[in-house]
Amino acid sequence: MAEANFEIFRGNNDGGQSVTYRVPIAPGMVVLDALHHIQAHHAPDLAVRWNCKAGKCGSCSAEVNGRPRLTCKTRMDALPLDKPITVQPMKSFPIIKDLVTDVSWNYRVNKKIPPFTPRPGVKWKMYQEDVDRVQEFRKCIECFLCQNVCHVLREHEQMEQFGGPRFFVRVAGLEMHPLDSKSRTKMLKDELGIGLCNITKCCTEVCPEEIHITDNAIIPLKERVVDEFYDPLLMLVRKIRGAKESG
Amino acid sequence: MTTEYETHDHDVLIIGAGGAGLRAALGALAQGANVGVVCKSLLGKAHTVMAEGGIAAAMGNVDAADNWRTHFRDTMRGGKFLNDWRMAQIHAQEAPERVHELEQWGALFDRTKDGEILQRAFGGHTFRRLAHVGDRTGLEMIRTLQDRGVQMGIDVYMECTISRLLKDGDRVAGAFGYWREQGRFVLFRAKSIVLATGGIGKAYKITSNSWEYTGDGMALAYNAGAELKDMEFVQFHPTGMVWPPGVQGLLVTEAVRGEGGILRNKLGERFMEKYDPKRMELSTRDVVARSIYTEVREGRGTEHGGAYLDISHKPAEYVKKKLPSMYHQFKELADVDITKGPMEVGPTCHYMMGGIRVEAETAQSSVPGLFAAGEAAAGLHGANRLGGNSLSDLLVFGRRAGLAAADHAKTVQNTPLDPAQIEAAARELLAPFERKEGENPYTIHRDLQDVMQNLVGIFRTREDLTRAMAELGKLKARAEHLSVEGSRMFNPGWHLAQDLKSMLTVSEAVTRSALAREESRGAHSRIDYPAFDATWGTKNNIIARAGNTMTLRQSPVREMPSELKELVADEK
Repeated sequence: MAEANFEIFRGNNDGGQSVTYRVPIAPGMVVLDALHHIQAHHAPDLAVRWNCKAGKCGSCSAEVNGRPRLTCKTRMDALPLDKPITVQPMKSFPIIKDLVTDVSWNYRVNKKIPPFTPRPGVKWKMYQEDVDRVQEFRKCIECFLCQNVCHVLREHEQMEQFGGPRFFVRVAGLEMHPLDSKSRTKMLKDELGIGLCNITKCCTEVCPEEIHITDNAIIPLKERVVDEFYDPLLMLVRKIRGAKESG
Repeated sequence: MTTEYETHDHDVLIIGAGGAGLRAALGALAQGANVGVVCKSLLGKAHTVMAEGGIAAAMGNVDAADNWRTHFRDTMRGGKFLNDWRMAQIHAQEAPERVHELEQWGALFDRTKDGEILQRAFGGHTFRRLAHVGDRTGLEMIRTLQDRGVQMGIDVYMECTISRLLKDGDRVAGAFGYWREQGRFVLFRAKSIVLATGGIGKAYKITSNSWEYTGDGMALAYNAGAELKDMEFVQFHPTGMVWPPGVQGLLVTEAVRGEGGILRNKLGERFMEKYDPKRMELSTRDVVARSIYTEVREGRGTEHGGAYLDISHKPAEYVKKKLPSMYHQFKELADVDITKGPMEVGPTCHYMMGGIRVEAETAQSSVPGLFAAGEAAAGLHGANRLGGNSLSDLLVFGRRAGLAAADHAKTVQNTPLDPAQIEAAARELLAPFERKEGENPYTIHRDLQDVMQNLVGIFRTREDLTRAMAELGKLKARAEHLSVEGSRMFNPGWHLAQDLKSMLTVSEAVTRSALAREESRGAHSRIDYPAFDATWGTKNNIIARAGNTMTLRQSPVREMPSELKELVADEK
């Protein structure tokens, strides 16, 4: 049976090193299978997060050969086996142990976002063509790979000023909900720092759900912010008509 | 030894953060209770996220003739009348309101042309009944509940495992466990506890379930003195992936058949014509799973030991729109384009009909203050669950458990807990570190999965089940001597050692109950007793603890009122 060498990060936020493990390869095997093999046969305390093993829960994110991936969807036959396969934890988050990182910051950002707020007395009718674009955003499985690659977070560590692609997708899902009544544009500008994004599309490239994060979520939201806060004519019109309540 | 631990007080503590746990939390919050939710994974990753096909609710948006009575009848018939009729009635009556509520909290279901929630066909349902979002309904549901819960102010203890329930006299009064991350201990004092921990799939080798599904809630309840019911009824979903090996068991949603998918054997025969000519592919899960298994056993299986499931006769765009995650799953993991050719599928351990015995109205177990909802509880589904009835179960009985738990909390006070119970729980958790040179928990888990898969699977015999009982005894003895390496910091080996205890307890309950039921009914098929037995049709198996012994007794199925009997009786 063919075998592969894995170099896996073992350690915590204070440091660590790559440890090499040899793993037999089976047809159709994915990287997460290899991690499970290592746990069962070599390192029972190797820390890994996973749940569904089907690309639906977004738990098993890591960096495989330097690329942020879901390990449950990374096929071994798509990787070169002549050199070791490296598996590292997501770089943008503090390491708890081995491949497990502290992603609690994401949950704190999420808490700030005002929830879906239906218009009072609304009739609960919606048409498919009106929900299609929001359903795209709601495919998000919160793997946080987009947060991990976003340079505002990864290189510049602007966690306090910036929400990151995941939460622009979430806000887009609320803002474009056909029956929502709340505006979150002020929050996008001030608290989630959408202006810091310079649309390099790194997030879109790594999204395992193939959500068009930049084109369909971030750019339209940026336009809303510009319209509301930087367009003098519209600002005047709004002042006269009375703006939507801003959250 | 003096154990160090942190303490948290809540009116209502909910263990498990899937659909049932989160809906229970919202129910309890609405009553003004202070609510804590404990979960083994990160919030939003519970197994509900994997639910694909939809939520069964007789809203009649697509088939106007649908109503709760038909849904009730379908559920009772699907469950072969072992169901608690009152649960089936409440479920059918309340499900539509629970779905509308989700929509009002921001869920976006697929729509009909008139702008209503679209509903799709599913096995055993007379009408098109499942509210859905493509094939990712569970994700929509959990995200909606999670966001609502966070907004309303639940305290969530993520990546935390509960190993013991603590009692004050007869009533449940707290829970003890550890943070998975640091391995530190934690004590929760609570006036009411809701178990919403899901099923037991990880006791089986081929399963659609994630690592979390180790029967914790059932084992916790059992150890705290509560009764378990219908434990012999383990659902094997007819369609799991069979190839490649790494994805074996992964779920292929019933929505594939709901949308018109056809099953064939290697000879190209549409074999469901033999087993259920009336309902064909949309027969109930027990029947379809047995049919596929039989085809394979009799030599008509596919290359990798399954059946072909084909949806490629539908337009490619339609398939991608209605079954997007199936399309991706097969394309990425199996190199199969399901818009062009068939999938290979076979049965996979999917769901536990049995579980903690609860009262229909309140979801309370036989232990005061201890509630259970969702897959962890028994009663609604009887001997076989219909697809789509799980998500609705989570919503209907999650809410009821939350409300009743909050009510109960008003009648008691948090009290200091017995230090001896706490010390014992801590000692038990640390024991695997103190033993050296013991076996690795992974090996024991693998052997347990083999035993359950091979001896307590789809088709059962007295001989196999008796052997399984003996094997389980040996495994239990081995588990008592296992040891773990490393520290308490995020240590999966240690975590598995704990989960293994739950799995061994529920596996014994399953096997014991299966051995007792000398008939075939729903998901329980005995080769040595292949027919229905009228006497067994009036009895539920009940498991309880007496000292250190697991006991089994039978309890009569509650009799239906005459107007409901009439509902289920017409046309056979």
